[in-house]
Amino acid sequence: MDVDQQNKPAGTFPGEVHPTAGGGILVTKLDEVINWARSNSLWPLVFGTSCCAIEMMSTASAKYDWSRFGFEVARATPRQADVIIIAGTIVNKMAPVLKRLYDQMADPKYVIAMGACATSGGPFFYNTYSVVKGADHVIPVDVYIAGCPPRPEALLHALITLQEKIRGGGTREQIKIEKT
Amino acid sequence: MNNEELKARLGELLPAAVFEEGAEWVTMVIDPAAWKEFARQIRRDPGLEADYLFCVTCVDWKTHLTMVYHLTSTVHRHTLVVKAKLDRNDPEIVTVSDIWRTAEFHEREAYDLFGVKFKDHPDLRRLFMTDDWKGWPLRKDYEDSVNMIKL
Repeated sequence: MDVDQQNKPAGTFPGEVHPTAGGGILVTKLDEVINWARSNSLWPLVFGTSCCAIEMMSTASAKYDWSRFGFEVARATPRQADVIIIAGTIVNKMAPVLKRLYDQMADPKYVIAMGACATSGGPFFYNTYSVVKGADHVIPVDVYIAGCPPRPEALLHALITLQEKIRGGGTREQIKIEKT
Repeated sequence: MNNEELKARLGELLPAAVFEEGAEWVTMVIDPAAWKEFARQIRRDPGLEADYLFCVTCVDWKTHLTMVYHLTSTVHRHTLVVKAKLDRNDPEIVTVSDIWRTAEFHEREAYDLFGVKFKDHPDLRRLFMTDDWKGWPLRKDYEDSVNMIKL
């Protein structure tokens, strides 16, 4: 991405159109177009393990409406989802389930750790026998959100940050390398 | 029945019971040995009919354990709480799962997390923790060097 494009507002189509008679010629990079397309159509998985899920539902509802930014339809199956929002505490018994859901998602897939529990165990960090101290012990995380629970605006910000990461991060292979 | 009437009736049934003051619901502390017979009585007594056991839990006071039974009557709409003090080293109380079926799982939970043995329980296994789990996680002195970070 060159300097010119970085100054454009987020989500702008990455490429130039040269008008010619009867149409135009589009000059762009295929990777960037693919990433642009992917970033604007992130389908979240219906997944929530505690109170963060309530905020997530609120973010999806009419008042905050994450559809405005391209997180259109929440999918109830991991096979159709692009992004999993870990909304809530992950306990030791839930960890294998989370791993399995992540494994079942088709590439490219992205992960958002929403709130203190998913980030680090949060209020359950000390003196707890049952809680995983951060979902990144189980699956790789792209974006972390602070808060307990985070407000819907924070979730929207995280989703937009993920979009920027996808747009700026280049290919699926590059993101994969970054994850490992 | 209102709380005063409830208290009077319960006192008639079990004169040895001690009532705790200051709570919203009538709260009584009984001897664990008297629990089974008393449970049958409050379940069947026409004036009480405590037919819904909506919460069974346990408290670890470090010196002893306390079983707490919350009961309500769907007929008379009154609520009462029964507590029983148990020996922490060998906590044992008789099951009431044959009186209130819901107690079966509730008692398994208390067994799982506090190690309370319920005499005559039909299926006393761990409920949440894995079958090979060692120890009683909700006890105050519980240690787990693998999963727990002490503060």
